[in-house]
Amino acid sequence: MAFIRSQEMTVEFPLYHLGARSLKKRLLAKSSSRLRDDANRVVVSALRDLTFTINPGERVALVGSNGAGKTTLLRCLAGIYEPVSGRIEMQGTIGALIDPAAGMDQDATGRENIVLRGMFLGRTPAECEAMAEEAGQFSGLGEFLDVPVRTYSAGMSIRLAFAAATLMSPQILLMDEWFLAGDADFLSRATTRLEQLVSDADILVLASHDMNVVQRWCTRVLKMDQGRIVVDLPVNDFFAS
Amino acid sequence: MFQQSSMGTEIYVRDAADPRKAARAVEDLVGGWRQRRLAWALAWLDTRNRYRGSVFGPFWLTFSTAVMVGGLGVLYSTLFKLDIRLYLPFLAVSLLLWNTINQITAEACAAFTSADAIIRQMRLPYTVHILRTVFRTFISAAHSLPLIALVFLVCGHLPGPEAFLIVPGFLILILNAIAGAFFLGLLCARFRDIPPIVANIMQLAFFLSPILWKPELLEGGQAWLFLNPFYVLIEVIRGPLVEGGVPLRVWAAAVVYSSGVVALALVFFVRFRNRLAFWI
Repeated sequence: MAFIRSQEMTVEFPLYHLGARSLKKRLLAKSSSRLRDDANRVVVSALRDLTFTINPGERVALVGSNGAGKTTLLRCLAGIYEPVSGRIEMQGTIGALIDPAAGMDQDATGRENIVLRGMFLGRTPAECEAMAEEAGQFSGLGEFLDVPVRTYSAGMSIRLAFAAATLMSPQILLMDEWFLAGDADFLSRATTRLEQLVSDADILVLASHDMNVVQRWCTRVLKMDQGRIVVDLPVNDFFAS
Repeated sequence: MFQQSSMGTEIYVRDAADPRKAARAVEDLVGGWRQRRLAWALAWLDTRNRYRGSVFGPFWLTFSTAVMVGGLGVLYSTLFKLDIRLYLPFLAVSLLLWNTINQITAEACAAFTSADAIIRQMRLPYTVHILRTVFRTFISAAHSLPLIALVFLVCGHLPGPEAFLIVPGFLILILNAIAGAFFLGLLCARFRDIPPIVANIMQLAFFLSPILWKPELLEGGQAWLFLNPFYVLIEVIRGPLVEGGVPLRVWAAAVVYSSGVVALALVFFVRFRNRLAFWI
C-alpha cells in the first residue's frame, strides 16, 4: 500500500544568484575575512522539521500563503529535491503535476510532445503512440495536434499539457492547482478525468489557495507557514475552526 | 488509462543521515542507460529544432566544414609545402574530430542548466540529460561523414587494415565525451563563469594541438605531443584513418587520461548529484 512518511525533513536552498555563485566571488571570499564569507552565502530554509505521515486513502491539501513551502514540499515528494536533514520514505508510484508546461518542447507538435511525455515515464514507443491517440481525443485539439506547440493559444497549451500529464495512473498523485485554468467546456471534461485520476490514486497531495477546491477534493488539510506545518486537521475541523 | 506496468511498487527513501551517495549515483547511471531511447529521441528533436525551416538543416555544418577543408587545405599545404593529396585527408578528419570535441565541451556546459524545466518538474536520472547532449553532438558530427568519404575518394586515400583501430578509438572518444560532460555540466551548473573560460581554453587548444599542422612538423617535439590530451583524443581516431596507425604511447596516454576524466566525473557526480536540483 502507498504511504508517505516524513521525519523532521528539512530543505534549505542556497541562493547563489545573490552572491556566492560566481567563481570570482568564491575565490575572493576564500582570501578575505570569515564574516564576508558568511555574508556571501544566503540560505533559505524552505522546509523546516516536517514530520507527518500520510496513509492510503487520504486526500491532503497543502494550504498557506505564497512562499510557505507548498511547491517545495511537492517537489520533495516527487523526489526532485532531497532533504538536507531528516528523512522521507514513500511507497508507491508517483505522478507529479507540478508545472504543466515543463518538459514541453515548443517546436515539436502536440502529438510528438505526448509521445515524449510517455517516454519520460519510461513507456515503449508503441504505448506512447496509443497514448497520443487517447490524449488527442481527450484534449479536443483535433488537427492542431500535428502543429507545433509554439503556435497554440494559452488555452490550447493547457489542454494539451493536462491531457499529457494525466496519461498515467499513479498511486501517489502530487498536484499544484494550475489545472483550474481552461475553458468551461474543457473544464467539465477535465473534472471527470481528474475525478477518475484521484479515485484511482491511493494518495492525493494537492497544493491550493482555493478553499472551494480544498473542500471539494480533500479529506485533510496541512496548513504551512514559513516552511513549517502549523495546522494539521481533517478538512471539516479545519473549516469549523 | 494506462497501468504502471514496468515499475510495480516503488519504495523511495531519502535519509540525510544515511545518504548512500555512491549507490544513488550508480542507480542514476543505470536508470539513465535504461532510458537511452528517451535521450536519443530528445537528441533528434534538438537537432531537428535547431535547423527547423532551413532547407539543408544540419548539412550546413557539412558545407561549412567542406569550405574550411578546401580553403585551409590549399593555404596550409602551400605554407607547409605538403602534397595536398596527402594533406587533405588529414585535415578533413582533424577538423571533423575537433568540431566534435569543441561542440561537446560547449554543450556539456549547458547539459544541466538547459534542462532546468525538466529537472524541476520530474525525477529523471541526470544521466539522461548527459546522454542527450552527447548523442546530439554525435548526430551532428555524423552529417559530416560523407565529406570524409568524398575527400578520401578524391585524394585516392585508402586506409589500410589498421583502420579497424578506430573502434577502440571511437569508444575512447565516447567515454571521454560522457565523463567530460558530467564534469563540465556539474561545474557549470554551480559556477556560471565556467563556460566562457572553457571557450577560451578550447580556442587556445585548437592552435596548440596538431589539427591544422601535422605532428611531424614538430620534429623533436613530436615525442612529447602525448602530453596534450586533445592530441591523444584526436589521434586515436585519426591515426588509424590517415596516418597508418597510432604510436603505443598515445594508446597508453589515452587510457591514462580517460581513467582520469572518468574518475573525476564519478567523484563529482557522487558528491554533488543530490545538490544539482538546487543549483539549477
